[in-house]
Amino acid sequence: MTSNYLVYLIALPLFGSALLLFAGRKADKWGHLLGTAMSGGAFIIGLYEFSQMLGRSTDQRAVTQKLFSWISVGSFQVDAGLMLDQLSICFVLLITGVGTLIHIYSIAYMSHDLDRRRFFAYLNLFIAAMLLLVLGDSYLNLYVGWEGVGLASYLLIGFWNQKPTYATAAKKAFVANRVGDMGLSLAIMISFATLGTVSFSGVKEHASQASTGALTAIGIMLLVAATGKSAQFPLQAWLGDAMAGPTPVSALIHAATMVTAGVYLITRSNFIFDAAPTAQLCVAIIGAITLLFGAIIGTAKDDIKKALAASTMSQIGYMVLGAGLGPAGYAFAIMHLLTHGFFKAGMFLGAGSVMHGMDDEVNMRRYGGLSKFMPITFATFGLGYLAIIGVPPFAGFYSKDKIIEVAFNAGGIKGITLGCAALLGAAITAFYMTRVVILTFAGSKRWNEKAHPHESPALMWIPMALLAVGSVASGFIFTHGNSLKNWLAPVVEQSPAHEGELLKPAVVSVLALVLVLLGVGLAVVKYMRKEIPLVAPTDVSIFTRVARRDLLQDDFNEAVFMKTGQKITSALLVTDKSIIDGAVRGVAKLVRGSGSALRTTQTGFVRSYAMWILIGAIGLVAAIWVVTL
Amino acid sequence: MNAANYLYVSALLFTIGAIGVVVRRNAIVVFMCVELMLNAANLAFVTFARINGNLDGQVMAFFTMVVAACEVVVGLAIIVTIYRSRRSASVDDASLLKR
Repeated sequence: MTSNYLVYLIALPLFGSALLLFAGRKADKWGHLLGTAMSGGAFIIGLYEFSQMLGRSTDQRAVTQKLFSWISVGSFQVDAGLMLDQLSICFVLLITGVGTLIHIYSIAYMSHDLDRRRFFAYLNLFIAAMLLLVLGDSYLNLYVGWEGVGLASYLLIGFWNQKPTYATAAKKAFVANRVGDMGLSLAIMISFATLGTVSFSGVKEHASQASTGALTAIGIMLLVAATGKSAQFPLQAWLGDAMAGPTPVSALIHAATMVTAGVYLITRSNFIFDAAPTAQLCVAIIGAITLLFGAIIGTAKDDIKKALAASTMSQIGYMVLGAGLGPAGYAFAIMHLLTHGFFKAGMFLGAGSVMHGMDDEVNMRRYGGLSKFMPITFATFGLGYLAIIGVPPFAGFYSKDKIIEVAFNAGGIKGITLGCAALLGAAITAFYMTRVVILTFAGSKRWNEKAHPHESPALMWIPMALLAVGSVASGFIFTHGNSLKNWLAPVVEQSPAHEGELLKPAVVSVLALVLVLLGVGLAVVKYMRKEIPLVAPTDVSIFTRVARRDLLQDDFNEAVFMKTGQKITSALLVTDKSIIDGAVRGVAKLVRGSGSALRTTQTGFVRSYAMWILIGAIGLVAAIWVVTL
Repeated sequence: MNAANYLYVSALLFTIGAIGVVVRRNAIVVFMCVELMLNAANLAFVTFARINGNLDGQVMAFFTMVVAACEVVVGLAIIVTIYRSRRSASVDDASLLKR
């Protein structure tokens, strides 16, 4: 099947972005409206395609559109082509739907900012790039979108780049992402070298003929790419600092969509990972490490956005873990991705709403008792909170429990380890999210007299309310009759029937709920009963201190990569100055020295030149005479 | 008369010319010494033509005369120009090119 409308999904926001950037200040009055309209237009096209897709039979659902022949070199043929299948449409609807809500929210949130038009231009650029990422029909097309979202993320994190720390945060995100991008480009090159093609369909077709070694190499490189973009261990350090961007950006890019691109990449490449068990195991392990890593950082953060960022890292860890569990987990990884898109974006918007009412204060120790002043924000944030900790019947309960269950049933030591990690993560998640809610909305007020907390305008709370509806209902909708699993079945191969489950779903749910209640209870005891000090106490255990320092992720990077890099750079500088420049300068010195030595023979007197000619002539004659003698 | 004697005269004239070019400072004299060397060469050409019994050397002598005539025209013009601008015909004064 082909469709002629796919290109407009990307073209609309791209056009909006270009127009807003090139029109300049003239577009200040209506720029935000145009940006929102372009994003909304893309959402409508997405809905249209979705309705068309629903009307077709299962094997006819994927549609493609060839745009033009992009690269044509010998046997290497790449078309700029788009493909919309059951997996892509989930992302298209998430990106454009949540994206449009966040556009609407930003109209109010950024209303006092002089550069609101530029902000909307970047948001539209992001939407276009992200849609290209999920619509590309080959790894190379995906790569273009992949770089595009990296650029948009960089521009938006550094949106307030008049603050040097914010500009540095943008650079940090960009550099960490470049490491991941290198992995993706290497994966593409290995894929071309061994399989001779880079298109999804081609790779899927030829994957069975390739050696396991080559597939493992591709898989590991794809995993590197995913760790960079999705802030997974060991490339996770940039996400916390990325909170320097305006809060809608954190909600859209660094919670709901861009950071989940790694999960999309792994799920899209399921045919590679299924044929390379080692790479698949690595994916699961990275996911398990990150979900604990992020959760532990989340317990120690006082900055509401950084706590949510750590939570995002942890939740994406769940998705990566799910994707690393093979055919049994892909659908649940995507389900958790979608539900997370709702509740985490909703909570970020809630955090933005709190900041909006509190003069951009982000320290939760300066909040407290806000539920009375911001009832709607409290309600929407609370629904997101119930969803993320996994209380039934909210969305997170369905998606997270499924991942834990699949992890336990992966078999052997692997299953038990991964399952326990996921369960423990659920308990810690409950603890730190309860902490966030208590510190922000409950207890006594701790802000000073200057702050006047108030509810946000309708333009802000309506998107929050819609996302809250998603956090309540999406889990039930996706699992009702296994709808999402069956929907995705043609893209991700279905798993064979379980050969015996380690734990029944009900047991997992009960276990998870007990642990969640434990986490909530601990947080209530720890933060509800006592006064919260305005300044974080310093006489704390070494564990707390390490967690506050983000588990030493920056210290590690600094010691291992930055210091080493600086040493290599300075060594190269010395080499350059002494050896390479030395050779160049030496040649110059030699020429200059011999020149000035020879200069003395140039007296300027005709008679002396004549003398030299005479001596030369006599010498010549003498030489001829000697030779002929 | 022995043809070799002409060659001795030719060599003598050439030597006088060469020494004159090297040691004298007056441009006119240097110039005349150059002419002397050319004519010494001409004498040698003609003598060799006589010794070898063909006309090649004689023909070469004509060429040399033409070259000498041209050289006189250009050379004298340069000398006169330099004299006009510098009020001197000394070749040592015209040594500005080295700077």
